[in-house]
Amino acid sequence: MSNLLLFPIIIPLFFAVILMIFPKRLKLQRIFAVIGAGVTLISAIVLLAKVDADGVQAVTLGSWPAPFGISMVSDPLSALLVVTSSIITLFVVFYSFPSIGVKREQSYYYPAVLFLMVGVNGAFTTGDIFNLFVFVEVLLMASYTLIVHGGEKPQLRESIKYLLVNIISSALFVAAVAFLYSVTGTLNMADLAVKIPQIEETGILTVIAVMFLVVFGFKAAIFPLYFWLPGSYYAPPIPILALFGALLTKVGVYAIMRTYTLFFTMNVGFTHELLGIIAILTILAGCVGALAYFDVKKIIIYNIIIAVGVILFGIAQLNQPGVDGSIFYLLHDMLIKAALFFLVGIVAVLFGTTDLRKMGGLIKTYPVLGWTYLVAAFGLAGIPPLSGFPGKLLIVQGGFEGPQFWGSIVILATSLIVLLSAVRIFIYAFWGEPVETVPLKGSVFNQMFIPTVILVAITVVFGVGAELFMPFISGAGEVLLNPSIYIDAVLKE
Amino acid sequence: MKTNDVMLQTATKVVTFIILMFAVHIFFAGHYTPGGGFVGGLLTTSAIVLLMLSFDLETVKKILPFNYVTMTAVGLLLALATAAASIIFDVPFFTHAYDYFDLPLFGETSLHSAMLFDAGVYLVVVGVTMTIIQTIGEDE
Repeated sequence: MSNLLLFPIIIPLFFAVILMIFPKRLKLQRIFAVIGAGVTLISAIVLLAKVDADGVQAVTLGSWPAPFGISMVSDPLSALLVVTSSIITLFVVFYSFPSIGVKREQSYYYPAVLFLMVGVNGAFTTGDIFNLFVFVEVLLMASYTLIVHGGEKPQLRESIKYLLVNIISSALFVAAVAFLYSVTGTLNMADLAVKIPQIEETGILTVIAVMFLVVFGFKAAIFPLYFWLPGSYYAPPIPILALFGALLTKVGVYAIMRTYTLFFTMNVGFTHELLGIIAILTILAGCVGALAYFDVKKIIIYNIIIAVGVILFGIAQLNQPGVDGSIFYLLHDMLIKAALFFLVGIVAVLFGTTDLRKMGGLIKTYPVLGWTYLVAAFGLAGIPPLSGFPGKLLIVQGGFEGPQFWGSIVILATSLIVLLSAVRIFIYAFWGEPVETVPLKGSVFNQMFIPTVILVAITVVFGVGAELFMPFISGAGEVLLNPSIYIDAVLKE
Repeated sequence: MKTNDVMLQTATKVVTFIILMFAVHIFFAGHYTPGGGFVGGLLTTSAIVLLMLSFDLETVKKILPFNYVTMTAVGLLLALATAAASIIFDVPFFTHAYDYFDLPLFGETSLHSAMLFDAGVYLVVVGVTMTIIQTIGEDE
């Protein structure tokens, strides 16, 4: 019993509330936002160390006994994700200073970012499926604010779409939770993992599992439920886009990971094969989009969809390399997507447009930016020794060991398309005839570029030093593949 | 056209206080019987909205010069602090404490730490709903 695992949820909440009191004080807003995100990151790292040393942490709120109260559980996977999302939020806050605009900063921008952090960290930590719904709503509320923040015309248009899709999927979520409760009589995930294997009629449970796949699929943007994503993510400014692209879909991916390893394992032949096929279709659909557009933001946005497919394919294999690979790739993808959006944001500011065809020759004026982008692009495509490689290798290995070896071949082939789509930005924006750029003050450029470089450096360390991180990753994979560790931590206090 | 709203205004002056008293009653009833901070907050808001309808936004702002966003923040802080007090006592988050006290006038009363949390909820509900209504109302 320890409240430590709640700190990454409580701290951003506290700071968000404090920030609501003085929205117009620009300096204080920035200082408190950094302190809030920074302290959260420190508490998340302490939590990860604690989980690594003492095993899975669990606390049931309000001192109620475990299956009845709301359990919060921090296993290695959720601790790793909380650390990663805290890193990203901190960097987004830094990146926002020069790029989001004073007007937005003075209209509750930082509180909304911190509230989003509350929801994301909470969703990663909760051990109760209804509480997961609550935290997803918290992060959705914050994301509604952020997507419409500033009130530009495309933002208003897309926010209506975004709201509609999410309200429908949330309604489905509650319905699916109700079905699950009526069949099993519990919503505590550990308790579900105990009760579901005892139920003999797996037919109804398979239906519920697929319903949950649809619900989480809306959030994670899997095929064919990703239709809302490219438009909605395109509307808000870059810092918000980076935050969304790095964190929001990953909550859906995490939810699928958790439910499809912990308790929806009664009919693996159907549910996980379906998941595997959908994952491959998601990759293919994302590839089409990533190649089709000449818009830098759109290209990276479609790469989010590809990554979601890759991660889910690893989970669908349900073997050790597949699951380990998925976890590694998930962490890699959160970091690299944030870094890429930061880079693309700088490029877009420099040219004053996001259209690739109107860009060129940036390598002569901003060589460091160019090479940093190339490193990030190679990392995205998974060129060794960068961070995309170990995860993808393990996922492909998992596919070859499982029944869906053809999926691994697709993943290998599409890696080339990912590389092409990312390098295309490099070719168009950095090579070729120099195009006139918007004059940008050196200090502003540095304020945007320094957090970006550090984030890219983190992904490089994560890739080159993969051996260092593997114990954490395989520890997280072990808990996913042996639900009994998770169950014991929650139910036997 | 000038509408004649003497009846509405006169009735409102009385009814508002009845609603507010009822809101307080519902708020305190909340722990063992139906009610609580959420409903109490909504009832309070409805009283203020009634005032706004029968008089106007400016008058009500003069009567109740609150910044409702700050009120929301204070409510959230109160709720968070109540829940977080459990961290100091090293018991799981949200654990509440209660006891019975002999108070003058009330007799034996049960005092509950959850009531403070509910007071936070009350402030949040009033703050949020009033912010929404004011924002929509000002946009004419």
